[in-house]
Amino acid sequence: MSLLALEGVTKRFGGVVALDGLSLEIGAGEFFALLGGSGSGKSTLLRIIAGFEAPESGRVVLQGSDITRLPPPARAVAMMFQSYALFPHLSVADNIAYGLRRAGTAKDAIASRVAELVALLGLAGLEARRPHQLSGGQQQRVALARALARRPPLLLLDEPLAALDSGLREHTGLELRALQRRLGASFVMVTHDQSEALALADRVAVLEQGRIAQVASPRELYDKPATRSVARFLGAANILEAGGLPLRAEVEAPAYALRPERIRLADVLPAVNGAAAIVLEVAFRGGDALVLAQASGQVLRVVLPAGATLPEPGAAIILAWEPSALAPLLA
Amino acid sequence: MKRAFLALGLGFLWAPVLLMAAYAFSESRVPFQWGGFSTRWFTALAANERLLEAAWLSLRIAAASASLALLLGLALGWVLARHGHFAGRPIFGALAGAPLVLPEVVTGLALLLLFVGLQALTGWPAQRGAMTVWLAHSALGMAYVAVLVQARLASLDPALEEVAADLGASPLAVFGTVTLPLIVPSLAAGWLLAFTLSLDDVVLASFVSGPGATTLPVYLFSQLRLGMTPEANALAVVMLGGAAVLGGIAWVIRRPG
Amino acid sequence: MIRAATWAALVLLVAAPLVIVFGMGFGTPIAGVPPVIPPFGAAGWQGSFEAWSLLLADNFYLDTLLRSLRLATVTAALCLALGFGMALGIASAAPRRQALLLALVLLPFWTGSVLRMAAWVGLLRDGGWINAVLMQAGLITEPLPLLYSEGAMLVGMVHGYLPFAVLPLTAALTKRDLRLEEAAADLGAGRATVFLTVTLPLAAPAAAAAFLLVFIPAAGEVVIPEVLGAPDSMLIGRAIWGEFFQTRDWPQAAALSTALLALLLIPMALYQRLSVVR
Repeated sequence: MSLLALEGVTKRFGGVVALDGLSLEIGAGEFFALLGGSGSGKSTLLRIIAGFEAPESGRVVLQGSDITRLPPPARAVAMMFQSYALFPHLSVADNIAYGLRRAGTAKDAIASRVAELVALLGLAGLEARRPHQLSGGQQQRVALARALARRPPLLLLDEPLAALDSGLREHTGLELRALQRRLGASFVMVTHDQSEALALADRVAVLEQGRIAQVASPRELYDKPATRSVARFLGAANILEAGGLPLRAEVEAPAYALRPERIRLADVLPAVNGAAAIVLEVAFRGGDALVLAQASGQVLRVVLPAGATLPEPGAAIILAWEPSALAPLLA
Repeated sequence: MKRAFLALGLGFLWAPVLLMAAYAFSESRVPFQWGGFSTRWFTALAANERLLEAAWLSLRIAAASASLALLLGLALGWVLARHGHFAGRPIFGALAGAPLVLPEVVTGLALLLLFVGLQALTGWPAQRGAMTVWLAHSALGMAYVAVLVQARLASLDPALEEVAADLGASPLAVFGTVTLPLIVPSLAAGWLLAFTLSLDDVVLASFVSGPGATTLPVYLFSQLRLGMTPEANALAVVMLGGAAVLGGIAWVIRRPG
Repeated sequence: MIRAATWAALVLLVAAPLVIVFGMGFGTPIAGVPPVIPPFGAAGWQGSFEAWSLLLADNFYLDTLLRSLRLATVTAALCLALGFGMALGIASAAPRRQALLLALVLLPFWTGSVLRMAAWVGLLRDGGWINAVLMQAGLITEPLPLLYSEGAMLVGMVHGYLPFAVLPLTAALTKRDLRLEEAAADLGAGRATVFLTVTLPLAAPAAAAAFLLVFIPAAGEVVIPEVLGAPDSMLIGRAIWGEFFQTRDWPQAAALSTALLALLLIPMALYQRLSVVR
C-alpha cells in the first residue's frame, strides 16, 4: 500500500491552472523527487500535501485516510522550507523542540529527543546558538532536525540544497539520502535541478504545466525520456525529428532522444544513423570534452571521452551512433 | 560637504538645548544670564507642586495612551498586513493612516467635537479631562504603532508562521510563539513613540481636556506666555537626563547577543 | 472579528470626528454651553452658511490660508535641504556610529517642544542671549528685534520639524545600493554628477515623503507661530485656535479646519501613497 496518494488534484490561482488533475502515489520509505521548472506546479503540490493550500478538486490520502481538508497542524507531515524558516528568536535546541512542545511532550522526553537529533545531525555544541550564528549547512541541518523531531512518516523538502554553496551541495545531498535510508521515512523533495533529482531520488516525477510528464527511476528517465520536453528538461540530449537525418531505430517514433555520449566519431559516413558535420566549438571539461557540431540543419552535442583526439573548430567530422542509442519520444 | 551639513544640523538642533542645560545652573533670575553657579532652579523645580502634579498626570496619561495605542495599533497593523484585499480596504488604509498626516489643530478640534457630540447623545463622557485626553492620544498613537507593526509583519518570512503550523501549532500558538516575539521590537518602538507623542502634546490636550486635568506641556505653554523662569532650563535638563537613561537602557536591551 | 473591531475604532476615532467637523461648519454660534446650535436638530435642517460665506468673502481668512501654505513650503524646503545633507552624512558613517548620530538627532526632542521654544525665546528676545553676546562684543549698540518676527518663527519651525525630514531620508539613503554610485563614477561621472544623476533621483520618493511629512503638519502649526511669530502675522492654525478658544465661534473654527483639510487633501494623499500605509 502506498504511503501517500494524490488523486486528481486540481488547483487554480485566479485563471491560471497550477495543478491539472494530477495523480501520484508515493511508497513508504521512498525518496521521491518532484522535478520541474518554475511554474510547473511542483511547489504548489508540496504545499497541498502539507496543507498550506487546498485543492479545488481531488483528494490527498495519507496512510489510507483522506487528509485533504485537514489543517497543517493536524497532518502527520513535516516540511522543510527552502529558506529553512528557522525561528530567529529561538536557540537551536528550542527550534528543534518546537514541534514536541506543541504536542505536549513531557520535558525529559523532549530533552532526550533533542539530544538524539543533535547527535544524529552532528549539531553537538551548537544547541545554545541562535540561527544567525550558524553557517548555511548548519542551518540546513537544524531545519532538518526540527522537521524530523516528531518522527513524521513523510518529510517534504522544498529545494533542500538550493540555499547552500555549490561546494557543499553534493556532499549534503548524499548525507540527506543516507539519513533517509537510515530513518526509513518517505522523503518528497522538490527541485528544479535535474542532476540533484537523478542523484538522490529512488523515483522522479517530471512536472510540466501542472501535469506529470513522466514518473520513472533516474536511470530510466535518463535513458528513456518519454517526451521531447522531458528530454529537453533533463538537458544535454539531442532531439532528432524523424524525417531529418537518415535514422533507423528499434522502435518507430515521431522523434528520438540521442545522448551526446552515445555519439562517436567515425571514418566513413554510414547510410543511416550518421551525419557529416562541421565543428563549431570544443570545450574540454576535465573528465570529458563537449563538441558542438553543425550537421544538416541541426547543431548536435557530442561528448567525447577525455582520451580521444579532439577535433579543431572548423574541422569536418563524421558522426555515427547505434540504433539502440535512439530513445523514442512519444510527444 | 556631507560632514559639514551634519555638523551644521546637529549644531543647530543642539545649540538651544545645550544653552538651556548650561544656564540651568545659573544663579540669575533672568533665563540665559550668567549669575554664578547654583542649583537653586532644581530646588525650585522640586518644590513646584503644580508642575509636579502636571508632570505626574502627563506620565500616567502617556503610559495609558501608549498602551491602548499599542493594542489598537497592533490590531490595525495586523488587518492591514494580513487581511489582503477586502471591501473598503482603501478607505480602511486611509483612515488608519489619517492621524499621521492630519494637522494636530484639526485633530484636536475634531476629537473635541466628537466628545461634545457623544455627550449630547449618550451623556458620556460627562466631563472632559484625563479620560478624554487619554482617548485622544491613543487615537494619535495607534496610527504610529499600526505603521510600524504593518511594516514589520510585511517583512517577516511567511514560511516562519507556516512551519510553526506544520510543526503542530494552533493558530493561537503560532501567534503567541512566533509572530508576537518577532514583532516585539516594533511594538516596543511603537509604544515608546506613542508615549513620547503624548508626553509632548500641547494642542490635542488643550482642545479635549477640561478643568483640573492640566498636562505638563499645557501647563508649560501657559507659563511660557506669562514669561518663563530658569526653572524651565532645569526641567529641560531633567527631561534630557531621563531620555538619555531610557535610551541607554533601550540600547543595551536591543544589542544582539 | 478583529477587522470589525478595528473598523469600529477607525470610524469612531477618525472618521466620525472628521464628519462632525465638516457638519459643524454649518452650525450657528450662540452664547451657551456648548456655544453652538448644530446644523441638524429635531426639526431637521437648521444650519447656516455664515461661517463659510465669511471664510470665502473675507480676504483675511484666505490670506491666512495662503500665508500658512507659504510658511509650510519654506519650512519644508529648508528642512529637506538641511536634512538631506545630514542624512547623507549619517548614511555614510560607520554602521556603529549611525545609531549614535540618529540618537543625537532625536535626543534634543526629549526636552519637549514647549521648552525648546522657551529656549528660543530666551535666546532671541531683546535682552536675550544672542543680543547680549553681540552687544558685549561691540558689534551692536541697540538690541536687534529678533523675536516675534518671520525669521524667528522660521528658525523655530525648522528646529521643530528637522528630524521629520532627517529620519525618512536617512532610512532611504542607508539602504541605497552604493555600487550604483561606484558604477557611475567608474563610467566617468564626477562627484557632483554622480550625486545629481544617481543619488538624488533614487532618493526622490524619500525626499518627497520627507517634504510632505514636514509640510502637512507645518501648515497647521499652532504653538511655534504663537510663541515666536509676529502677533499680526496670522496663520491658519492660530486662526482656528483663536476662533475656538477666544471668540468661541465653533462653526468658524470648523469651517476653517475643513478648508485647511481640503487644501491638504492632495499632499496627504500623496504622502500616504509614498509611505507604508496603503
